[in-house]
Amino acid sequence: MTEQVIRKVLGEHAKLSVDSMALDPAADLYELGLTSHASVNVMLALEDAFDVEFPDELLRKSTFASIGAIRSALTELGAA
Amino acid sequence: MTSVSAPFTVAENAGLSLLARAEIVGRESAGPAAAEVDREGRFPHEALDALRVHKLLNCAVPVDQGGEGVSLGELCAVARILGRYCASTAMIFAMHQTQILSLVRHSTPGVTAFVAEAVANDYLIASATTELGTGGDVRSSVCAVARDGEAVSLTKNAPVISYGEYADAILVTARRTADSPPSDQVLVVCRRGDVTLEPTGNWDTLGLRGTCSPGFVLTATTSADLVVGAAYSEISSRTMLPVSHSVWSAVWLGIADAAMEKARSFVRSVARRSPGVTPPGALRLAEAAAVHQQFADLVAASAARFDAAASAQDESMSGMGFSLAMNNLKVTASTLVVDLVNRAMLICGIAGYREDSQYSLGRHLRDAHGAAVMVNNDRIMNNSAQLSIAYRGTL
Repeated sequence: MTEQVIRKVLGEHAKLSVDSMALDPAADLYELGLTSHASVNVMLALEDAFDVEFPDELLRKSTFASIGAIRSALTELGAA
Repeated sequence: MTSVSAPFTVAENAGLSLLARAEIVGRESAGPAAAEVDREGRFPHEALDALRVHKLLNCAVPVDQGGEGVSLGELCAVARILGRYCASTAMIFAMHQTQILSLVRHSTPGVTAFVAEAVANDYLIASATTELGTGGDVRSSVCAVARDGEAVSLTKNAPVISYGEYADAILVTARRTADSPPSDQVLVVCRRGDVTLEPTGNWDTLGLRGTCSPGFVLTATTSADLVVGAAYSEISSRTMLPVSHSVWSAVWLGIADAAMEKARSFVRSVARRSPGVTPPGALRLAEAAAVHQQFADLVAASAARFDAAASAQDESMSGMGFSLAMNNLKVTASTLVVDLVNRAMLICGIAGYREDSQYSLGRHLRDAHGAAVMVNNDRIMNNSAQLSIAYRGTL
């Protein structure tokens, strides 16, 4: 469920060169075209979808590097 | 006719501090040639020779790799001194340091060997990061690396390559493969001998004329182990952006130093003519000195922020707060340099406006205006605007 929501957010905001629904959870999103600009939009959409706020210490590149990384960040925030 | 002359030796480095060497390069080589370099838009050969003689090109390389391992703060101090004498020389120095630190800090075996070669031969290293068709976004490439066994090749239409014709190597950004998206970039080390540069324009600019930065179509074939292993996004955010913004800001501070020196000496000469009367320019000078102090403190604090994070291998370097702080440095410094040269101009009046007076500020003013347009401030602020939506901390 959580992963589906993450994929949906990525599909809407990450501007990847591939289909976010078919992505390997470990695939490097930056290699697939995620820019720092787009990652901010992904972050905002995740905050909306999961009703959380990313603290500053999670606002770094690695947090949004893969579906798995996003998922563990959300887990850390108690959202998934 | 057969007399054997003793080899010419330079009393180099003998106990001289980094800053003393920078001062010698500035005073004896860069400064005397600055007016001609600016007028003719020519490469400052004598200053580069002096930087080599005084071993300043590799001072930031770690000691165990043949350098002196100086901090970014110290590099900035050197850039500032050079900037006071010749902004073009100082910018070339600053850009070179950014390139060599990128290689040192994101090293892979092939790159380490290249750094050793660069240190041993005092290479000057340039970069080709902008490209036609990307709208000025250095984090996006059209060209891609093509692999053929151990060889890689690429062709890039670069609107500017600073001192490309005079460099011993050029670091080129390109998409990782022909199938990679524009933002998935790598940095490729190309020795000058493996590069063809076909000029596409001139470098006839208002200021920073000695950096000799026309456009070129660059074609290179190099070896696969000279493709830096780390993703360019990492190199860019952890090294290229913070280092370049710091050393550039230090160069601009040097320009401001030069303008302030002229303003101060002008006010002093007026004061000497009427002892006991505070000259009208003195108040403006005091105000300018306060701004100048902010500028100097900002550059020093930003370099210290980098040095502290770098020595701790801190994760914060990839954080938004760090990026925002470095963006702010660039935008603020590039604004302050123009402000301070303007203030100096009002203090010196017609003597500063003249091209033939000892207080002439024309070159400094023209060089200062390069600061806001090289990596345009609006582009940087747009990036900051996006980060600001997300960032919650204090800088």
